[in-house]
Amino acid sequence: MIEVRGLTKRYGDKTAVDGLTFGIEPGKVTGFLGPNGAGKTTTMRCILGLDYPDAGTVTVDGRNYRDLGYPMREMGALLDAKAVHGGRSAYNHLLCLAQTNNLPKRRVGEVLELVGLAEVAKKRSKGFSLGMSQRLGIAATLLGDPKMLMFDEPVNGLDPEGILWIRNLMKALAAEGRTVFVSSHLMSEMESTADHLIVIGRGKLIADCSMADFIARSSGASVRVRTPMADDLIKALTAQGAITAIDDDGAVEVRGMTAEAVGDIAFEQAIRLHELTMVHASLEEAFMELTASSVEYHAGVPMAATASGSGG
Amino acid sequence: MTTTATRNTLLPSVLPPATGRAGLRGAIASEFTKIRSVRSTYWTLAALLVVSIGIGAAITGGTAASFSHNPANKAAFDATQISLIAFFEIGQLIIAVIAAMAITSEYSTGMIRTSLTAQPRRGTVYAAKAIVLTSLTLIVSLITSFVAFFVGQALMSSTGVSASLFHSVTVPLNANVTCPGQGPQGPNGGGGLPPGCKAVFSGSYVIHPSTVLLAVIGCALFVTLVAVLAFGIGALVRHTAAAIAIAIAALFIIPVLEQALPNDWRWDIMRFLPDAANQVVSVTFGPSANPHLWSAWPQLGVTALWAAALLAAGGYLFRKRDA
Repeated sequence: MIEVRGLTKRYGDKTAVDGLTFGIEPGKVTGFLGPNGAGKTTTMRCILGLDYPDAGTVTVDGRNYRDLGYPMREMGALLDAKAVHGGRSAYNHLLCLAQTNNLPKRRVGEVLELVGLAEVAKKRSKGFSLGMSQRLGIAATLLGDPKMLMFDEPVNGLDPEGILWIRNLMKALAAEGRTVFVSSHLMSEMESTADHLIVIGRGKLIADCSMADFIARSSGASVRVRTPMADDLIKALTAQGAITAIDDDGAVEVRGMTAEAVGDIAFEQAIRLHELTMVHASLEEAFMELTASSVEYHAGVPMAATASGSGG
Repeated sequence: MTTTATRNTLLPSVLPPATGRAGLRGAIASEFTKIRSVRSTYWTLAALLVVSIGIGAAITGGTAASFSHNPANKAAFDATQISLIAFFEIGQLIIAVIAAMAITSEYSTGMIRTSLTAQPRRGTVYAAKAIVLTSLTLIVSLITSFVAFFVGQALMSSTGVSASLFHSVTVPLNANVTCPGQGPQGPNGGGGLPPGCKAVFSGSYVIHPSTVLLAVIGCALFVTLVAVLAFGIGALVRHTAAAIAIAIAALFIIPVLEQALPNDWRWDIMRFLPDAANQVVSVTFGPSANPHLWSAWPQLGVTALWAAALLAAGGYLFRKRDA
């Protein structure tokens, strides 16, 4: 359980994070979304105590991160896969981290095996590809078998295979009951992974809701209809208050009306339909709309927090 | 607050239950792994040995050879100092580089974020780094100092004025050059003796083994303090090149500039500079000791105060600043 309360962090004149409050629960993957520069990394640095907040508190399992007995057993965090000494071998990199938390040496070999780096364990990490560096960083987070995991943009620059691997790993970690908190500036990355979303823009909270809620509330749902009698249909639907448009491929796009209503009206008017589909605006668009407006309108909270308080 | 039980299907083994908290011991083990697992440590240590022992051997060998041309140079000769000069003058810079990099390389690579995530208690991390660096430097410096001393003395053994850790050595105070048919010429300068002339020594000074031992160990202590000083600078500026530049300025450039000051200020200031100690600890021939400086231990104390102040200032900022 990670709790952020009223977190504010300024760098000089720039306010990177502005009164941020949210909680992250165990057993699911929580996506941390926001455009580049929204304050995601700063928030994560404050959680880990790398940066000191100007205001507010951050607790991990109810304590300051620096007060955790064995931090690596509580939290595995990967902020920057390249934040390693390139002259050190993968094995020694993990060993020096394991030693700080009195973790047994055998863990090093185990996590290297788990992430698929056992064969290059003795190689200096300078020569690693970004994908291999990410795997090394993830190996480090797993050393202490932590209850919580935090990843900052973990799939940046990875090939499709690597992306899939990380997604499955995050899901598996959450399925084991761990807290998984992962940031991204791309909604598409979260779509198939996250159970819960925290969206920020310009350092402020925009949304804190389940993925399902986010999808449901995404504005711009429309109904796509293909019919040989388009003119009749448009006349009938606009009479009922729908907004219609013709797509490039000749299909009718209907807004402001459910698919059921469109079907019923067509039936009543004896209009033959060849296709009737509910279309969601892409989540990417919904997300961008949300964060763009946060910049313009100074971030109210359009989506109320729906975090259901369990355990923790 | 209850904690959520996690079931582990990803990792093959279960960790032993944790008691206590991550502390200094683990941090020291970690810092030792860090320092021994990068090549730069070995390169710089090799450079230290080559410079201190190799250049030291060249200097002492050359000196011994020059005595056969002009034995007059044996007067007031400090065999201990000449064997250690490469170590405490040039070797100290190499040690300063190792020491500064022990902390600045964490910033240049970004490793510091990983290190402080694993052990967020920064005082512990800083102390562990300082302890590992200081111990390693002390051991290496002592070995280097003794080896440089013994190699140097072996190369000068034919001169009769080489130093010893085991018995007293008598060194003449003055030398006059006497040539047939002429009166005494006074001390000879740089060149060889003119044909037929010979050196006549007068007075003597006895160098005790304890003085020699103090010089050999004192130089190692001095270089170790330089390491602590450079480490503190590294923690303050967090940048390798800047830290090394500042360390060189403190150890080399300021002392040179300081020589331009009027004499009556100069000596008062010099005592308080961090490098002054090496001009005292390395001297075993008493009459040539600088009368304006304190003796070895107080002067090493000055260097130690500089090192402690910079270590403390670096530690304060290490804890206080965002990583």
